[in-house]
Amino acid sequence: MSAEAPHVKGGLGQSILRKEDARFIRGKGNYVDDIKLPGMLYLDITRSPYAHAKITAIRTEKALKVPGVLAVITGKDLAAANLAWMPTLMSDKQMVLPTDTVMYQAQEVAAVVADSRYAAADGAAAVEVDYEPLPVVTNPFKALEPGAPVIRTDRKEQSNHIWHWETGDKAGTEEAFRSAEVVVGQDLYIPRIHVSSMETCGCIAHMDSVSGRFTIYMTTQAPHAIRTVYALVTGLPEQNIRVVSPDIGGGFGGKVPVYPGYVLASVASIKTGHPVKWVEDRSENLQADSFARDYHIHAEVAARKDGTVTALKVKTLADHGYTDAAANPSKFPAGLFHIITGSYPFAKAFVEVDAAYTNKPPGGIAYRCSFRVTEAVYTIERMMDILAHRLKVDPAELRLKNFIPPDAFPYKSALGWTYDSGNYAGALKKAMEIIDYAGLRREQAEKRRRGELMGIGISSFTEIVGAGPSHTFDILGLKMFDSAEVRIHPTGKVIARFGTKSQGQGHETTYAQILAEELGIPADDIRVEEGDTDTAPYGLGTYASRSTPTAGAAASMAARKIREKAKKIAAHLLEVSPDDIEWKDYAFRVKGVPTKSKTMQDVAFAAYTNHPQGTEAGLEAVDYYDPPNMTYPFGSYICVVDIDKETGQVKVRRFVAVDDCGTIINPMIVDGQIHGGLTMGFAPALLEEIQYDENGNIHGGSFMEYLVPTAVETPHWETAKTVTPSPHHPIGAKGVGESATVGAPPAIANAVVDALQPYGVEHIDIPIHPWKVWQIIHAGAPKTG
Amino acid sequence: MIPPAFEYYAPHSVDEAVALLRRFNGEAKVLAGGHSLIPLMKLRLAEPAALIDINRIPNLSFIQEEGTHLRIGATTRTNDLLDSELLRRSYPILPDAAQEIADPLVRNLGTVGGNVCHGDPGNDLPACMLALGAELVTVGPKGSRTLPVSDFYKDTFVTALDPTELLVEVRVPKARARQGSAYQKIEKRVGDFAIAGAAANLLLDASGRVETAGIALTGVGPTAILASAASGALVGQSPDDQHLGHAATLAGTAADPNSDLRGPAEYKRAMASVLTRRALDRALARARGGG
Ligand SMILES: Cc1cc2nc3c(=O)[nH]c(=O)nc-3n(C[C@H](O)[C@H](O)[C@H](O)COP(=O)(O)OP(=O)(O)OC[C@H]3O[C@@H](n4cnc5c(N)ncnc54)[C@H](O)[C@@H]3O)c2cc1C
Repeated sequence: MSAEAPHVKGGLGQSILRKEDARFIRGKGNYVDDIKLPGMLYLDITRSPYAHAKITAIRTEKALKVPGVLAVITGKDLAAANLAWMPTLMSDKQMVLPTDTVMYQAQEVAAVVADSRYAAADGAAAVEVDYEPLPVVTNPFKALEPGAPVIRTDRKEQSNHIWHWETGDKAGTEEAFRSAEVVVGQDLYIPRIHVSSMETCGCIAHMDSVSGRFTIYMTTQAPHAIRTVYALVTGLPEQNIRVVSPDIGGGFGGKVPVYPGYVLASVASIKTGHPVKWVEDRSENLQADSFARDYHIHAEVAARKDGTVTALKVKTLADHGYTDAAANPSKFPAGLFHIITGSYPFAKAFVEVDAAYTNKPPGGIAYRCSFRVTEAVYTIERMMDILAHRLKVDPAELRLKNFIPPDAFPYKSALGWTYDSGNYAGALKKAMEIIDYAGLRREQAEKRRRGELMGIGISSFTEIVGAGPSHTFDILGLKMFDSAEVRIHPTGKVIARFGTKSQGQGHETTYAQILAEELGIPADDIRVEEGDTDTAPYGLGTYASRSTPTAGAAASMAARKIREKAKKIAAHLLEVSPDDIEWKDYAFRVKGVPTKSKTMQDVAFAAYTNHPQGTEAGLEAVDYYDPPNMTYPFGSYICVVDIDKETGQVKVRRFVAVDDCGTIINPMIVDGQIHGGLTMGFAPALLEEIQYDENGNIHGGSFMEYLVPTAVETPHWETAKTVTPSPHHPIGAKGVGESATVGAPPAIANAVVDALQPYGVEHIDIPIHPWKVWQIIHAGAPKTG
Repeated sequence: MIPPAFEYYAPHSVDEAVALLRRFNGEAKVLAGGHSLIPLMKLRLAEPAALIDINRIPNLSFIQEEGTHLRIGATTRTNDLLDSELLRRSYPILPDAAQEIADPLVRNLGTVGGNVCHGDPGNDLPACMLALGAELVTVGPKGSRTLPVSDFYKDTFVTALDPTELLVEVRVPKARARQGSAYQKIEKRVGDFAIAGAAANLLLDASGRVETAGIALTGVGPTAILASAASGALVGQSPDDQHLGHAATLAGTAADPNSDLRGPAEYKRAMASVLTRRALDRALARARGGG
């Protein structure tokens, strides 16, 4: 920004420090577990050691004798109140506590309420449960075989098949494949992973029996939706329910679902009349909270010999655990998986997904990705590399040849999405230039001659975020708008409240910046609040990179409504007609006489002290923004890896990420989102995975086994941007919270596979452990002519 | 993640500690750095009736050469191994290993005694102590004894230490001229336990042949493994590519790994060889006066 260009302090495009960090870096955040209410009790949970078993008896006597234990809640108690099961977002149902059968290891079996956390833990250990083990199915393919043990015997359909969904032109796609010059196909498994946010889940539920008010402090990404769901499920009047989402230590989709613990704490409070705190520990979080991914994908690409892609066919088996509790508000059971045509103009495409029950925890959350976009991007970006390999062309060249061109936007994909804007070649070329792609390929060729293993991987992803337009999205009927309520005080300072809820994204800063830009008031003078349903306007919460596309847009719209009214006041102050006033360079100015002007601060004071007759006093507005379309951020990532041939260890030497998220509100925050997202994309590519053995025992249920990357392994990220604004967003912004998580895994996988080309491999399932690489190297190069 | 109730004692002398261990007769556990014991207690996999915290016992934390030995006190912190000039110069295998143990937070509290006594095949110091030919000095109700570390490890989490005994120090034969040692480890992620680790200790004679050798492995069996055949094959030989390679192969044979999340058994066995070779190369370079 040049010094003389008019700007407002903390407006758009400025890397101002995050307002929230003042408290976070001092350790003064206020998380659920920091909150202590008078008379508060503690709840702990007894969990199942079996993945599938009949419960033949639950004996609570010993637990009730533990000093400090006040109550034990079992499934039978809940069944009496019709609360043993709760609905899921996907029209399935989930147990709060089982009455007769457990369906995954670590499932909640009983809840113990005590006057201290220690007594509650001792009580939970003292609950005696008799189990009769049942046959276990953990593999979804086996779950669908005839004769497989039926997990959900409560359902009418006595089968483990949940649903089948398909979209696209089946016949046309088949035809395109029949006439294709080249076809490549690959099985890809994207393993079960976990968001493992720094803060685990928890709540304090308080039913005040005198006032009839129910308050719950809760680690939730969507407080208003929770309030309405509670009202609908419990019958409590909605005005008597208050959901408070205080500071949240990471959500990533994992804090969208309603977990049994929340319901149990609520029941316990109703039962005891005391506030009841439940905070899960790390193992409970990893073992029982919703997982992400777990998609078994078969993809095929049809192309011409010159590399032009023509058709895409995808068949997927989704493992949903024992219930479909996916946190997916779209109208499609597999979420937005059909963004899978990616950055390429496939003329024909067909996608089908089947979902199966297994003896695993439920979920299917969109871990830092809008509802199966990671799965889609990984698939298409791996397939493009496989096609390049088969055709013996450079993967960058193949992408550049195929990209949807900039002038084709808005672009309607074969599977029905309308991409808002993009310049895919621009991003890839920029990344290639920064990393010196040609130089790297030369270096690689030399190294190959010496027998050294170096790989270069590209991912040119297209994201789809900002759920979403009400024609495509809802949560139990609630449309997916979001909201801003902006009020300017007499002294020109602002309070603004939103229906979203930051979990670390920095809303207190970025929303203030949008408002600063729109209102001409420094960001420092704008206070942003979220997360208390008593004060915030109704909104659907924060996930799916939706906050900027929805609530960020609402901030602009509300500010513009304020400007409309403020203009009249300014005209009154300047003694001209409102038609003679324009908003220019952050002030109301008399057209043609720009020195005659009033700032928003002048107007705000007048709004309370000297408002024109016929206008209401005060200066505020509310906006509920239902986005007309999704936003489609994109980018190109290039990764360079070196491989230790003796040990199979993969080292990411360089990683260049060029992102395009449209208009940038705060470059530093965007970079922070990219850094975190890249690390969360690096993790499943090389480290993270939750596995189960055939008895349904979890492997990866603690941080001893579930290896979250540390600063030591995390590569040095090199970031850059291109800017292609969204045409339909008030400030042209797209979401950016998830791009990197979505875009990074295939870049890394592609780089490793590229490094191993001398061994003839086309695919390795992630996470790429050293032993997988070693096995390939150890097996030796194929004897080809 | 909350352990059941236990009693807690913080004695100020070895005798007091031993008296307490005797009083609880196997029901108490020594608490040193707590970085192996407390996680087990939080998971309720260990439920000792009492903890005997030895951190306030004076004179249990030291690293010093005395007579024929290097002596390391039981409550010496893992980080102290990294910071010691003496160790860097003469016993570099120990700083090598310390550098690979967890992260600075764990190393600040975790102790040499705890690492050696815990009996986890994933601990890095046992293999080092085996390669160095260390001895353990313990004090129990019947007095003090000194036992070779090669007799110490019986099975996973099972050692020759009596539950009423306290380890007070580890003794390593004093380093000599033309001696070099090294530790190599690979892990999936920093702070993770080893996929495999290898410890090597070489003493060369005046002619440059191997006079004595010690090779031991981490993470590839129920306990740390002393690869005697591998080291034996080097004694009296010139440490050339062929002999070192042969020793590394024999070390792989000594490994007895399980398949788990860190990899299939055949991979870990191969890594035992690869790392043994790397550790031997490093140890040799050091014995010859290099880094
Ligand atoms: C995240 C994490 C990562 C880790 N990674 C590694 C790693 O990579 N490599 C590695 O080697 N270790 C690792 N550890 C373990 C760590 O090094 C421990 O500190 C060490 O294993 C035990 O030492 P301590 O002093 O903490 O012992 P404690 O936990 O206090 O005790 C361990 C056991 O030894 C007994 N004990 C301790 N001292 C004595 C004594 N003087 N006499 C008799 N019995 C005694 C205790 O009773 C107990 O049974 C890791 C630990 C953590 C938490």
